[in-house]
Amino acid sequence: MKLAEIAKLLDAQFVTGADQAEREVARAFAADLLSDVLAMVQEEGVLLITGMITPQVVRVAEVMNMGAVLFVRGKLPPQATVEYATGATIPLLATGQDMYETCGTLYRAGLLPAKRKGFPLGNAFPHARHP
Amino acid sequence: MPSPTRVIHKRIYEVAPRDLERAGTVSTAVRRELLALGMTPDIVRRASIICFEGEMNMVLYSEGGRIILLVRDDRVELLFSDRGPGIADIDLASQPGYSTAPDWARELGFGAGFGINNMEQNSDLFKIRSRVGEGTVVRATILLGIPFF
Amino acid sequence: MELRKVIAEIGITTLVGADLAREVRGGYCSDLLSDVLAHAQAGDLWITHQRHLNVIAVAKLRDVAGVVFPRGLRPSADVAARAQAEGVNLLIAEGTAFEVAGKLYRFLHP
Repeated sequence: MKLAEIAKLLDAQFVTGADQAEREVARAFAADLLSDVLAMVQEEGVLLITGMITPQVVRVAEVMNMGAVLFVRGKLPPQATVEYATGATIPLLATGQDMYETCGTLYRAGLLPAKRKGFPLGNAFPHARHP
Repeated sequence: MPSPTRVIHKRIYEVAPRDLERAGTVSTAVRRELLALGMTPDIVRRASIICFEGEMNMVLYSEGGRIILLVRDDRVELLFSDRGPGIADIDLASQPGYSTAPDWARELGFGAGFGINNMEQNSDLFKIRSRVGEGTVVRATILLGIPFF
Repeated sequence: MELRKVIAEIGITTLVGADLAREVRGGYCSDLLSDVLAHAQAGDLWITHQRHLNVIAVAKLRDVAGVVFPRGLRPSADVAARAQAEGVNLLIAEGTAFEVAGKLYRFLHP
């Protein structure tokens, strides 16, 4: 699915990288926690859907060769982050829709979920609180 | 143990504690170094993920430290050493989902508890040593030219 | 839509079925508890990677229809016990959050 098409479906704006509107992303992954992104995505060119606008989001997108980042819930990243993404040629989009609507709309339109990595989460130790 | 192979490339990066603004910059620098050295995308991605997790752990939990990138003929090594509280029970801390992250870190999207495990999952060789009250040292090695599943 | 029907349709499994007749109004997908507290609606099915005890408190406060953990993530026994005691439905999905949200959305908005 082309980024231009995604932007149209979600009424999203290009924060940077509008010149790459024809770029294709085949799969998407949605999470706010970067640990999940780092642990779960193994393909390249994935669309990251997140409500996090910290500079680390774009760095994660860069080191994992992601196709684009889509910020949900009407959040806009700070200027420094935008400039960084521009330099790293990672398109950033922003939509006022929430993550659920965003995922739902894109899934219904045929965007596939990113494949998961073989990871022994079924037997995972549960979240422990600070002792 | 065979004698160590030739070092092609070495870089040392300082990591400041709790500097969330800069957290992740070592990893992006390491990625660019490896790309410039002509490493395959798979090797670059694994090394970047290992580095990112290690760097975040240092920023969130330690009193600072350094990350050393060592590229040898047959391997990429990432060495992490920090001054900090250390890890009392490494086996426990390595379990996926185990986290001692404070709420502020979770709300920023960190500390879901996959860090050490994810570093290990992306390494061919992985060693972690820690002394409570002193710090933690990690060596993550990616061997070149062998299949990784 | 009744939660029981949603479970059958989108292929998720029940970990704590406190009230499967609960009406599902929509969905909410977020790992930030403060965001969920501010924006989730009563009757939403909440999809989250977070699994600590605070999730149950937030689910109860917002009166969500249930909490879905994606990727087969399982909360600990004390979280499940708290959910049972508080009457919060807990569900587990094998797919990613994107996939669960997508299937739920497609089912509720065909």
